[in-house]
Amino acid sequence: MSTQEFRTAQGGRIDRSRPIRFRFDGSDYTGYVGDTLASALLANGVIQTSTSIKFDRPRGIFAAGAEEPNALVQVEAPFPEPMLTATTVELYDGLVACGLGGQGRLSPEPDPARYDSVHVHCDVLVVGAGPAGLAAAAVAAETGARVIVVDERPEPGGSLLGTRETSVLEWATSVADRLRSNPEVKLLTRTTAFGYYDDNFVLAVERRTNHLGAAAPAHRSRERIWRIRARRVILATGAHERPLAFNGNDIPGVMLAGAARTYVNRYGVLPGRRAVVLTTNDSAYEAVFDLLDAGVEIAAVADLRTGGSPVWGPRCAERGVEVLAGYGVADVTGADRVSAVTLAGPDGSRDVAADLLLVSGGWNPVGALYSHAGGRLRFDTDLGSFVPDGCRQAVAVAGAAKGTFGLAGCLAEGAAAGREAVEAAGFTAPADTRLPAADEQPASPTAQVWVLPGDESRQYVDLQRDVTVAEIRRATGAGMRSVEHVKRYTTAGTAHDQGKTSGVLTSGVVAHLLGVDVGELGTTTFRPPYTPVSFAALAGRDRGMLYDPVRVTALHPWHEAAGALFENVGQWKRPWYYPRDGEDMHAAVLRECRAAREGVAMMDASTLGKIDVQGPDAAVLLDRLYTNMMSTLKVGSIRYGVMCRADGMVFDDGTVIRLAEDRFLVTTTTGGAAAVLEWMEDFLQTEWPDLRVHCTSVTEQWATVALVGPRSREVLATLAPTLAVDNASFPFMTWRDTEVAGIPTRVCRISFSGELAYELNVSWWDALALWQAVYDAGQPFGITTYGTETMHVLRAEKGFPIIGQDTDGTVTPQDLGMDWIVSKKKADFVGKRSFARADNHRPDRKQLVGLLPDDGTTLLPEGVHLVAAETVATGALPEPPVPMLGHVTSSYHSAALGRPFALALIRGGRGRIGERVYAPLGDALVPVTITSSVLYDPEGARRDG
Amino acid sequence: MMLISCPWCGPREEAEFHYGGQAHVSYPEDPSALSDEEWARFLFYRDNPKGPFAERWNHSASCRRWFNVIRDTVTYEILAVYPVGTPKPVIA
Ligand SMILES: [Zn+2]
Repeated sequence: MSTQEFRTAQGGRIDRSRPIRFRFDGSDYTGYVGDTLASALLANGVIQTSTSIKFDRPRGIFAAGAEEPNALVQVEAPFPEPMLTATTVELYDGLVACGLGGQGRLSPEPDPARYDSVHVHCDVLVVGAGPAGLAAAAVAAETGARVIVVDERPEPGGSLLGTRETSVLEWATSVADRLRSNPEVKLLTRTTAFGYYDDNFVLAVERRTNHLGAAAPAHRSRERIWRIRARRVILATGAHERPLAFNGNDIPGVMLAGAARTYVNRYGVLPGRRAVVLTTNDSAYEAVFDLLDAGVEIAAVADLRTGGSPVWGPRCAERGVEVLAGYGVADVTGADRVSAVTLAGPDGSRDVAADLLLVSGGWNPVGALYSHAGGRLRFDTDLGSFVPDGCRQAVAVAGAAKGTFGLAGCLAEGAAAGREAVEAAGFTAPADTRLPAADEQPASPTAQVWVLPGDESRQYVDLQRDVTVAEIRRATGAGMRSVEHVKRYTTAGTAHDQGKTSGVLTSGVVAHLLGVDVGELGTTTFRPPYTPVSFAALAGRDRGMLYDPVRVTALHPWHEAAGALFENVGQWKRPWYYPRDGEDMHAAVLRECRAAREGVAMMDASTLGKIDVQGPDAAVLLDRLYTNMMSTLKVGSIRYGVMCRADGMVFDDGTVIRLAEDRFLVTTTTGGAAAVLEWMEDFLQTEWPDLRVHCTSVTEQWATVALVGPRSREVLATLAPTLAVDNASFPFMTWRDTEVAGIPTRVCRISFSGELAYELNVSWWDALALWQAVYDAGQPFGITTYGTETMHVLRAEKGFPIIGQDTDGTVTPQDLGMDWIVSKKKADFVGKRSFARADNHRPDRKQLVGLLPDDGTTLLPEGVHLVAAETVATGALPEPPVPMLGHVTSSYHSAALGRPFALALIRGGRGRIGERVYAPLGDALVPVTITSSVLYDPEGARRDG
Repeated sequence: MMLISCPWCGPREEAEFHYGGQAHVSYPEDPSALSDEEWARFLFYRDNPKGPFAERWNHSASCRRWFNVIRDTVTYEILAVYPVGTPKPVIA
């Protein structure tokens, strides 16, 4: 076990009394509570975490936060999770991880953790609990406004955590305490706002137990998605330091200067022993002094500005730190780690031994969320950065995120933003704001440099994607002028980090290569999520049984007990078939079909959509929506109807029962119920508001049992002794209210099988009692329960189409051979005008027909295409495109026919009856003969028993 | 996710609503009087502007009422909400 030889003697925000053991790439190490995996690795002298995805080059820890481009890791234990950055994984006991070269592995184990989500509204949402964010939150919270503060780190303080600043950090801690004790305020740490959507809707993910490892309590959700709707948003998201492109800038040991500073101050870790610093700006000097005081030797500072830093130059001289103004890095030596740096400048070049090269190419305000919100960015030439430049949403930006890098400025700007936000939300801000005094160094201007002279193939722009300046030159050389094109061509900025460090550098390099202004060029578009979010978190509790509502009928427990297999029909679970011992589906369905055709059978039809249509104009509405006449229907009678969209295409079908002069019960397909109700409501509200009609869904109020077969009348008679069941008293397509087995029942003579049949409608509550009574009474007749598969076979044998299976929104009633359902008398109904369109009279329209495979045994797969005999005259399919006649829409084995059969939509199909066509099945061409769509009982002799 | 102000329920999440396409496209008074081209224009032709667009929305997961909205298709800003059957408001 290694000994943390790079740990400082004291300092840092780690708990040295609580050591932690962990394993990385097979070696055991120790760290402390408060470490990240990255800081603990550095403490143990490990800087390389992986090799790069394309060139297999060593890659080391480069940053100290979410912007890390290199240090991708896979956590193996206690909970497997791929594609995390070592800089954001908090260390816990028993952590086992390994480095990743760009691609993780999903665990095949099911995830036992809980995930959940919270919807919340607030007056002010502050993103970022650094100095600016806390100043804003402090002001806003004092007014009584509902404030939410989110921050990605484990503790508030933001950039202060990485500095030696103490008094402002004390202020930050006290503000955080006050926020925590304010009942109107929610301070969420370990929470990343990752998406900013319309109307100030912000999504954040809170990591609640990840940092606890195996000690995470099982009852607590591991991650939580916060769906926040805020009246005002303040973005205080800080800035990310930017690297520079130079030779060898990808070798482990090259690190952002600010990151090194964070490792020293926050974690008490020395990222190296002897450092060279390369900078374009003053901020790197803060790192120089922090590292120096922690015991790191500063070999030299190469300041790309010819004048160096007027403020920091003399201080360096005082401490004996050599500053080379106007110098840059010509090369870096080292295989797995930096060993020397070649500096070049006005007075020539020289090699400097070092194990660390700190880089600062300036700072990029974090503009991702602002861009998600629709905000524009502009390039500030003084800062050398893209800064916010206006957004239509109610958002303000404060602090480094706005390009204000001094601490005093950040505090003042945050407080002002907080004040403005609460005032805009209708609260009264306090008269004065107490802000801590902050030291602020006067900063001299940043040099705008992107690429140093050298070998472009060794100058990396995107470390994770292995994109070099040379590759970007290939893109611009190929004529690309937009960073969006360059991004897609080179993949720069497309890795897990989405170019947090490389994005603006890519723009700078493209501008440099094209000789254009980077401000004109702009950046690529930022899109959510800001950092990777696990699908488990996004799914929350909406998985497994809760993924989608499951709808079951009142009879579901009976079906389950009877051993039914179920079919999903929309959200409904419907019995598919009821296998008996040893039966496969084929055998069960043949048995169920025979029972319905030869004896008696029963089915749960409760999922049929049912709409109660009431009002003086109910008949008028139905006349306008159905293709046939409904107003002439007599009370007590039933009519089948078809609805079309205005384009004339069949949309739904079902029966219409007239209950009273002003009241109908309309049934719809199982899947179409919601759409039909919406269709009716749309017309009633927007086109015909003068019609006095109300529509109510009663699908789950009425349970329906279909009693089917030549002996169904006998079963019904035994259960409803007062009901006259003979054909003359109770004819086809009529209904009667009666009692069946003592239960109030509406009995409808409707047949979806062609057989004598009844539909028994009862209150959902009575369904089980009715079903059981029918089942018991049917025993002497051998009553058989059947499911959807048998229902399909029975209806298909009769050529009854299923809307949505045999039709697809391009099929008219005429295509289905149902001219008889289209009223010639009505002046208009929805779809009528379209029947006169030329396209609907094309002779080659696809029409519904039956198909019989010639061999009498082949079951055609549904969806299989059909080709004409002349197309395959050679005995094989021609080269594509192959002219197709149509396709199979339904296909079953028929007990009644003793062979498989199918329904199909075929061009000019009714004119081809008797013709042989071919179904390509694998390498075979199966000959089939086109028939009428009605294959069973075409005379309709069976419906009256 | 937009926040849409239902005239009957107040501001609610976009997920509660159902989009209904361009507003002010009425079902013709007498379809049989229209030429094939006029009927086809009613069936198939809709505007697709960049900017303010009058469109239909239905609060399907709540009050189920249809209403009209003027929404900027670039910024997704809702510029007006008004009842079905009333004229399109003038947006400055
Ligand atoms: Zn509503």
